[in-house]
Amino acid sequence: MSSVEFRKELFADERQDDLKQIGRPAIRQDIRGHVTGRTAYYDDHLFERLLHMRCARSPHHHARIRSVDTSEAARMPGVQRIVLAKDVPNNLNTLLSLINFGKDDEPLIAGTKVSYRGEAVAAVIAETELQARQAAAAIRVDWEVLPHVLDVEEALKPDAPQVNAVYPDNTFDYEPYDHVKLRFGDVHKGFAAADEIVEATYQMSPIEQAPMETCGAIAVPETADRILCHTGTQALFFSLGTTAKLLDMPSSRLHFVGGTVGGGFGGKVDSITEPMAVLGAVLTGRPVKFQWDREEEMQVGAPRGAERWVIRDGVMRDGRIVARSFTGYFDSGAYTRLSSYAGTKGVGHLPGPYSIPNVAANVFCIFTNRTPATAMRGFGITGVDFAIECHMDRVAERVGIDPISLRILNAYRDGDMKAHRRTAKNTALVECCQVVADKAGWRLSAEDRAASSLTGTTAERQAIPETALDEEGRIGERRAGRVTGTAPTERSTGRLPAGTRGRDHAAIPVQRPDMEILSERVGHRMPDPAEAGGAPPLAAAAPARPTPPAASPPPARPASASPPPASPPHAAPAPPPAPPRQPEPAQPAHRSEPTAPTAPARGGHDPAPPAQPKPYEPDKPFSRGVNRPGVSRFLTGRRR
Amino acid sequence: MPKIPVRFTLNEAEVGLFVEPQSNLLEALRRGAGDLSPKYGCGQGTCGACTVLIDGEPHLSCLTLAEAAEGRRIETTAGLAQGSSLHALQTAFIEGFAAQCGYCTPGMLMAAKALLDRNPRPSREEVIDAISGNLCRCTGYEPIVDAILAATEGRAA
Repeated sequence: MSSVEFRKELFADERQDDLKQIGRPAIRQDIRGHVTGRTAYYDDHLFERLLHMRCARSPHHHARIRSVDTSEAARMPGVQRIVLAKDVPNNLNTLLSLINFGKDDEPLIAGTKVSYRGEAVAAVIAETELQARQAAAAIRVDWEVLPHVLDVEEALKPDAPQVNAVYPDNTFDYEPYDHVKLRFGDVHKGFAAADEIVEATYQMSPIEQAPMETCGAIAVPETADRILCHTGTQALFFSLGTTAKLLDMPSSRLHFVGGTVGGGFGGKVDSITEPMAVLGAVLTGRPVKFQWDREEEMQVGAPRGAERWVIRDGVMRDGRIVARSFTGYFDSGAYTRLSSYAGTKGVGHLPGPYSIPNVAANVFCIFTNRTPATAMRGFGITGVDFAIECHMDRVAERVGIDPISLRILNAYRDGDMKAHRRTAKNTALVECCQVVADKAGWRLSAEDRAASSLTGTTAERQAIPETALDEEGRIGERRAGRVTGTAPTERSTGRLPAGTRGRDHAAIPVQRPDMEILSERVGHRMPDPAEAGGAPPLAAAAPARPTPPAASPPPARPASASPPPASPPHAAPAPPPAPPRQPEPAQPAHRSEPTAPTAPARGGHDPAPPAQPKPYEPDKPFSRGVNRPGVSRFLTGRRR
Repeated sequence: MPKIPVRFTLNEAEVGLFVEPQSNLLEALRRGAGDLSPKYGCGQGTCGACTVLIDGEPHLSCLTLAEAAEGRRIETTAGLAQGSSLHALQTAFIEGFAAQCGYCTPGMLMAAKALLDRNPRPSREEVIDAISGNLCRCTGYEPIVDAILAATEGRAA
């Protein structure tokens, strides 16, 4: 009973249609194990003298830990060990630090304060699960309850409680701004020219991944001074690297076994149970299992984060959307986890699959005292897609046009320029709309029926328009009360000439120079350096300090041996108190005259900004080294 | 508290165990008897991943005290195949792609077997009713229901 239907007549000439498997039944290679009960998930390994770990957790959204009294718990039957924050060798991490994105902001076990309900403050290791549970309940914590904030917009106010000490403004740092900026054309000019303005707010709730198998890991001391770890993680090497970092041990001492996951859906990348179990095994010398029960999975397990989107459209009476602005709020919860990435990913998706000549977006990743959010099935995309498509219906209603017709009218055609300055290819929304209308018995006009993704692009739709730039919302300004608005501002401070593609940039300085990723080598560089090189930086690429036009890199970079160009040296992330107006963006003609202020910074190592905690400096390497040309032949070359 | 001796048959083999007084049948089967096919999903009787047959009836082993198994006949997915030849349900699950992560599969198979043993030619509605206590989060209910129905047809043929 296959419900799959193939429309092979669509784009037939663009496709070499010799697929061998698509459309044919296949036997899963792992299914025999599933139906015989022999598939071994992490918990399906038996060990003698297995110990069980349970956590004592915060009942408060936000509280300082005055003291933790473990004396009663330690005397309870079966208790082998109580683990506190001080037992974690390097008790501060952020998941994406392994790919150089973000600052370490989250302890494995909270030591001084908790920032969400359910955050672990201690762990008990006992002979049985029940004994561990009873002892964990007997741990007494002296709390100093702090005011909390649970709403993203409340968290942006200058007097909001500070959720995460590493990000005192309650926003993730997208250097040099406290949000991701997308600027394409001039959205306010577009609004002024539009017949109708349609604005609405959309709110999504957190969603728990709820896999059938809860998160967990079993760690076992092995011979040769290694720790074996069976885990249900979705990201085996991520979990291994995170464990090595948190426990300050070389990754060569860790033997991770995984890959058989009882459902993940994004909820098993956070790598919490693995370091906990391995720490337990190190401290007790015995096999230790740390398995979340269902309540923990629901309460503590990081969900898809809540999102709030404000969409404002400028529409002509004929249905053409001429301007669209977004204000997006990703609720990261108390710590970053993967929400920083959700923000950038979401922005790359804007304005949805539609050709709109003026687009602007301010997207925030905001810390609140809610459960930290993480990956889940298209996170960063599904929420804003929901908002965009609801909004399309709203727009259709306002201008009195059939909702499918409105989508066909505005849909990307092959060759159109997207707001992030890449050309749309292999578009198919028009055809999707037509098939959906057919299936639903929806009447389409002859014009809509004749539309095609292959035709309809124009020189205007292919062009990159002149773009209004602004400098509003630098890190720290909001907290200081100097900026209150969150929507893309009308106060433009410069214009980017039409046709400017922009250049690649690093969102924030990397923590360790040897972890710098060379964009040339991972294939993220814009395709045409000559075209990109002279352009003034786009949006987040703007340098933190006002710099002369020559801040841009030379037009043609040497292929590999150049100093890392992708990290604009934001030596002082704290912005100047009142940023002087940004000079007019560079004209292409100026580009080959580097001047003094920027020269020393380029290629140099970023000194650690004073306000941040000490960057992680392992005395033993935890195998990571992408910036060593020639070290490995597997790391050189360009993926394209 | 002293451990309690429990004797039962597990997939037609006799088993004797000492169990903790408050422990459940799921742990006794998994860690005591070494049959890892029933899974822990919730411990609250909502997900069905731990479903086993006790005297032919489906039971949630996470909510069954281990000592309650005394003298009973217990069947799990590990005993479903006869030697190397698979049960009709297993074959139908394989051919119908009725598992993704596979974590709910042992429970699903036990709930389905209880149904087919009682009612060899169930309707689609009866199949849906029989697995209504078993959650699948990869949301493959349709292929699972199809596979169970295919197994009944295979048996008739």
